[in-house]
Amino acid sequence: MIPQAFDYSAPQSLEEALGLLASGDRKILAGGMSLIPMMKLRLAAPAEVVDLGRIAGLDGITEAGGFVHIGAMATHHTVETSPAVRASCPLLAETASHIGDVQVRNMGTLGGSIAHADPAADYPAALLALEAEIRVVSAHSDRTVNAADFFLDAFTTALEPGEIVLEVRLPVEQSSEGYGYEKVAHPASGFAVVGVAVRITREHGRIIMARIGVTGMGPHAFRARAAERLLEEGAAPERAAAVVGEGEEANSDLYASADYRRHLARIHARRALAVALSRAS
Amino acid sequence: MKRKISLRINGKPYTDEVEPRLLLIHYLREVAGLTGPHIGCETSICGACTVMLQGRAVKSCTMFAVQADGREIVTIEGLAANGALDPVQQAFWNEHGLQCGFCTPGMIMATKQLLQDNPSPTDLEIRHGLEGNLCRCTGYQHIVNAVKAAAGKAGA
Ligand SMILES: Cc1cc2nc3c(=O)[nH]c(=O)nc-3n(C[C@H](O)[C@H](O)[C@H](O)COP(=O)(O)OP(=O)(O)OC[C@H]3O[C@@H](n4cnc5c(N)ncnc54)[C@H](O)[C@@H]3O)c2cc1C
Ligand code: FES
Ligand code: FES
Repeated sequence: MIPQAFDYSAPQSLEEALGLLASGDRKILAGGMSLIPMMKLRLAAPAEVVDLGRIAGLDGITEAGGFVHIGAMATHHTVETSPAVRASCPLLAETASHIGDVQVRNMGTLGGSIAHADPAADYPAALLALEAEIRVVSAHSDRTVNAADFFLDAFTTALEPGEIVLEVRLPVEQSSEGYGYEKVAHPASGFAVVGVAVRITREHGRIIMARIGVTGMGPHAFRARAAERLLEEGAAPERAAAVVGEGEEANSDLYASADYRRHLARIHARRALAVALSRAS
Repeated sequence: MKRKISLRINGKPYTDEVEPRLLLIHYLREVAGLTGPHIGCETSICGACTVMLQGRAVKSCTMFAVQADGREIVTIEGLAANGALDPVQQAFWNEHGLQCGFCTPGMIMATKQLLQDNPSPTDLEIRHGLEGNLCRCTGYQHIVNAVKAAAGKAGA
């Protein structure tokens, strides 16, 4: 399990890193929890690895103007335990606690997870439900991509060559909101066979806002917009959950067929809605 | 091209020239001569290679030695002080928290982290905290007992 030889650079500044990434066969190293296993299997063999781990300030968490800003290099552990994230984006903190195991959470990063875009990754469901904005920069560009436009296919995102995820911006969840993340963890890998993240706001007993993000079921995470609309029109949660995944492609493998995955997405949407409703005031 | 790294392991300074592709576990075992951290799966699953990096448990088979440049590492060899076992080591001994012992260095490092974050964990929290460590022998119950004993909660 020895990776192919490569050159290693550890830039001290973002400018230096972006300059390196502007050309050549170079790959970013963040927490290494996906890249290093791939390099060991020689599924990835970059000529040069650019380690972002030496650049100060890429892992900060701040709250300003109704948004929580989380730096791409914030580890899953930091997101899970950050008082600011727990108070203002509890859905994200809860989702982080479901990722892998403690050793993986100590190293793996938010930016690395979403850039890698494993179809079975946990974060994408929460980022969709939270309507996150992802700030993406390169040596000569700086743009913001909505989570709904970011995850394009399995291991494929809206990132262009030379671009890196710099930070994720999340609107602060209202304290009256209810939220929940329900996951079927693969028994061997721990990844999400299916994971459903939900946010709900209720007024006078009626749901006035519903957001549902689904990961694991298809080649990329998606918003269950038809179910959201039904909920906002007053449909019962069971009825809304029953349309989750309709018209979406579903993955099939030895562990779970496409039909079973779709079924799991609906069951777990119902459960996540029940949890969210019990938390909504 | 080789790179020079300088780090502290168990409080002692080390400086070596290494290839960037050298995994930290191979550096620890083959260059630094510390064979306490074990290689079980080498695929980031079993946790036998767990060491502390800057005070947090990590799988040293899923990290390059160059990433540890300038950092502080503690391996199982760094726990016992003045000939006395660390309380977590002693608890694994007392509670028969091991059989063959292969997983034990990783289990103990992960337990150090668990008790640092949560000094009096429940059974469920212990199992959740040790999710990244596999044992083929004990059936885990004695490991959970050992962690509880180390937390000063034996029999609770
Ligand atoms: C045993 C194990 C269990 C796991 N279980 C789960 C799980 O249950 N759920 C889950 O969601 N994940 C799981 N993971 C994956 C884990 O969450 C990874 O940490 C994550 O997918 C990648 O993040 P990283 O920081 O480690 O990135 P790296 O591995 O360093 O990089 C991954 C990819 O993203 C690119 N990249 C990294 N950072 C950036 C950036 N800022 N901008 C642009 N590109 C970037 C890299 O070039 C590389 O291609 C598991 C991993 C392991 C080893
Ligand atoms: S040898 Fe590192 S996790 Fe198994
Ligand atoms: S004691 Fe043998 S693997 Fe755990």
